[in-house]
Amino acid sequence: MAKYIIKRVLISIPVLIGVVFVIFFMLNVVPGDPVTLMMGEHIKPDLIEAFRERMGLDDPFIVQFFNYLKNALQGDFGMSYKLKREVSDLIFQAFPQTVKLTLSAAMVAWLIGIPSGIIAAVKQNTLIDRGFMTFSLMGVSMPVFWAGLLMQYVFAYKLGWLPVTGYKTWQSFIMPSIVLGWSSAGTIARLTRSNLLEIMKNDFIRTARAKGLRETTVVVGHALKNAMLPVVTMMAIQVSSLLGGAVMTESIFGIPGLGRVAVSAIGDRDMPLLQGTIIFTTMLIIAGNLIADLMYSVLDPRIRCE
Amino acid sequence: MQEALNVADYVDEQKFFCPQEEDIEAELLDDDSIWSSLKGMLKKNKLAAVSLAIIIIVIFMAVFAPWVAPYDPNFQDVENLRFAAPSVQHWLGCDELGRDVFSRLIFGSRVSLVIGLVPTIIAMTIGTVMGLMAGFLGKRVDFVIMRFADIVLAFPSLLLAMVVMYTLGASLINIFIALSIVKWAGTARIVRAQTLSLKEKEFVEAARSVGVKKWTIMTRHILPNCIPNLIVLFSLNIPDSIMSESSLSFLGIGAVPPSTSWGLMVYRGKQYLFNYPWLALAPGVAILIVVLAFNFLGDGVRDALDPYLKD
Amino acid sequence: MSEQQNNAELLKITDLKTHFFTHKGVVPAVDGVTLEIPKRQIVGVVGESGCGKSVTAMSILQLISRPGRIVSGSIRLDGKELVGAGIDEIRELRGNKISVIFQEPMTSLNPVYTVGRQVSEAITTHQQVSKQEAKQRVIDIFKAVGIPEAEKRFKAYPHQLSGGLRQRVMIGMAMVCRPQLLIADEPTTALDVTIEAQILHLMKQLESDFGTSIMLITHNLGVVAEVCDYVYVMYAGKIMEQANIFDLFDHTGHPYTKGLLQSIPKPMAEKQRLYNIKGMVPNLLRLPKGCRFCPRCEFAMQECHEHEPELYDAGNQHLVRCFLYKNGGEPA
Ligand SMILES: Nc1ncnc2c1ncn2[C@@H]1O[C@H](COP(=O)(O)OP(=O)(O)OP(=O)(O)O)[C@@H](O)[C@H]1O
Ligand SMILES: [Mg+2]
Repeated sequence: MAKYIIKRVLISIPVLIGVVFVIFFMLNVVPGDPVTLMMGEHIKPDLIEAFRERMGLDDPFIVQFFNYLKNALQGDFGMSYKLKREVSDLIFQAFPQTVKLTLSAAMVAWLIGIPSGIIAAVKQNTLIDRGFMTFSLMGVSMPVFWAGLLMQYVFAYKLGWLPVTGYKTWQSFIMPSIVLGWSSAGTIARLTRSNLLEIMKNDFIRTARAKGLRETTVVVGHALKNAMLPVVTMMAIQVSSLLGGAVMTESIFGIPGLGRVAVSAIGDRDMPLLQGTIIFTTMLIIAGNLIADLMYSVLDPRIRCE
Repeated sequence: MQEALNVADYVDEQKFFCPQEEDIEAELLDDDSIWSSLKGMLKKNKLAAVSLAIIIIVIFMAVFAPWVAPYDPNFQDVENLRFAAPSVQHWLGCDELGRDVFSRLIFGSRVSLVIGLVPTIIAMTIGTVMGLMAGFLGKRVDFVIMRFADIVLAFPSLLLAMVVMYTLGASLINIFIALSIVKWAGTARIVRAQTLSLKEKEFVEAARSVGVKKWTIMTRHILPNCIPNLIVLFSLNIPDSIMSESSLSFLGIGAVPPSTSWGLMVYRGKQYLFNYPWLALAPGVAILIVVLAFNFLGDGVRDALDPYLKD
Repeated sequence: MSEQQNNAELLKITDLKTHFFTHKGVVPAVDGVTLEIPKRQIVGVVGESGCGKSVTAMSILQLISRPGRIVSGSIRLDGKELVGAGIDEIRELRGNKISVIFQEPMTSLNPVYTVGRQVSEAITTHQQVSKQEAKQRVIDIFKAVGIPEAEKRFKAYPHQLSGGLRQRVMIGMAMVCRPQLLIADEPTTALDVTIEAQILHLMKQLESDFGTSIMLITHNLGVVAEVCDYVYVMYAGKIMEQANIFDLFDHTGHPYTKGLLQSIPKPMAEKQRLYNIKGMVPNLLRLPKGCRFCPRCEFAMQECHEHEPELYDAGNQHLVRCFLYKNGGEPA
């Protein structure tokens, strides 16, 4: 078990380095001189030269990369061109908002996805199945930004129940959470449904029925625990898609989280900021994957007892 | 010969009682049975059938857009038709330049469908080749390919696509590239898993033992068995691409005018949301319907091909 | 009530049809089976793989899941009709009055719960007993079915047990409520010969101690000879022959049964060619016209290709579905 954990942790290290490399590589081949971007157009050439040297911008690419990696591991992602502040400060300022949004959206996603998946599986191929699956798949099939706009139009503009944008009160998180959570509820419902159907085909389900258990007990007591094991792994994938969706949601609802920072960094062509937020977000996802994997192995007696 | 067979039977009594195993094996490779499963599914699963019909209609409209669309999508009449509300003449109203929204929607479907298809095909081709190689050749090839896949899969796909678009600049071709980069890894992982389990199967081992070339084994023996999986992936990747494009367009790094896409239409309609909601509503509903249809069809296909998806 | 007690039948299946409605067509897995299980008897059901033995057994407890369905027929337990009964009535019987030992011991236990918990569940579902008492009874039954270190095994997960032990757990689960009818679907196929003997002994004991009737499904005629009182021979969803154990072996009627008997390897015999019924079990979707066995039958006549034979009486509760017996009694 301990060996398994260590192995999992070790495997994610090269992935992490690879992630940094890919982002660093892509963002450093972008045309446009970072110094000009940072200091404005009309700067004396020798000043630029001095600055380039101080920043190490004339070093070979690979040296720059390792310097960046070294600093990043110490939590230093460089300076934002536009905002002239430490990228790590900006990230830590934005991070709590994204966490709030992602966690509340995850709750919504689970609350919609899991029951829908279970009910749909139990009533497989009936109208009820189709109804619940349609409902949860609608979230996946609507662009997050569009659903967001629609909710704003109805609940904020027409009905006036909720604030259009903002992040200071908990009410302002209601719409974003629903929009974002709904967008990944479909995936969870799908997975829950198909796993449950798969598990229900197992011989041990027949054994449970043959004991004289009620169908609800069979489903909840015997099938669900087995079916939920892969859904736990799903949490990781879900963190990923939620963080991706958070980009759009935050933009629409004016929540100053990581996603909005990334989007405005794109607009400002603020390379270090974009680089920092994306690497940080991806690190979160890798950590999420790791945790889900470990949870899976704790929950499943077949792995736990190894 | 006769003798030999009977001796074998003597040793393994079970064999006599289980003559059906071979029948089942043989069914796996039968193309007809894939088709008949799909047809059977469409008959039973009305939702999937309706979805297929919708998709066919949308494809038809996209292909024959110039004939189907009531107006030229780029014809402007700012003076008379600016923000014209939906009416008998203009079913979905007109936009800020007085262009007919319905016509633009029909022409926009071309971009959205192309973006659904092209990156999916590219990404899945790359992914299939990579997955086959990783699974079949194993060792270092496997290690390298799968670490690349791990890295790609570690990103939220939208963020990675954003970075690629940022690097390459907004254009249709670049969307193809960005989405292909983001999407190949998922296919590769699934094809690899399938290949690994097929590699152990007797018919592959037999082919290997008589010295059939690796390439031939991969294309003739392993690839056909991955087809059901690929069909399912295909049908679920298309809506995903359409959604990704709309998000990118919404962020201003997707399709560029004048070629309009549904995502771009929502983006532009957003500014007028509170006064002229149909501008954002119509293209959003179009995305919703088409993506939902693809999802339902994909789910139906997955259910129908379920027996073939396992090794 | 008294009338039912007089005729000593516990279970009576009449003209049962259980079909699977697949997208390729209707599979008549059980196609008009009539079968009786008297009280305190062990009744064997034999036949090649895929002939519908398990489906017949599962139909009794209505454990057939889609696309399968009992199409028609009647199943009476102590005179009470089960086909069309409410699911709650059936549930009352399951695991309580009728229990099943499934064919697949490796997969028939839930991997995420301990075996002890799974067996206790069979008790607590039907009886109001304390957890402690249930546990004690489970441990007792584990001992009875020969699971060593029963207390320790109570807390084991299925994957920690060997196939033989899992099968014993299944048998224990089936017996723990002392059912009136035990359906044993190839209970010993997965086990080695010594354990097989023990299990068979155990089942016989159950029959004599508690008066449990047993429906023993197997394709091992050796096992049948050892424990059964009466035997049904199935082929492609139909009963081909039924007889008490002595008639089956000494006055074998149906050519199919003869084939089955001849294909048992006889350890004592000299080096011999093992007999093999030629051909394969027919695809149930494309059953031959006439007798379903005739394409493989050595004695097939013109008539066999044209009409389906009925079960003809050969006397002494011995029925044979073969035209050779059309005129009753002796083969024509
Ligand atoms: N879910 C199903 N769908 C379609 N056909 C089925 C299904 N289950 C069983 N059958 C069919 O029913 C027939 C009888 O199956 P059954 O399991 O009763 O055979 P069996 O006599 O128990 O064989 P074995 O000795 O292998 O256990 C088989 O030919 C099979 O094709
Ligand atoms: Mg069976």
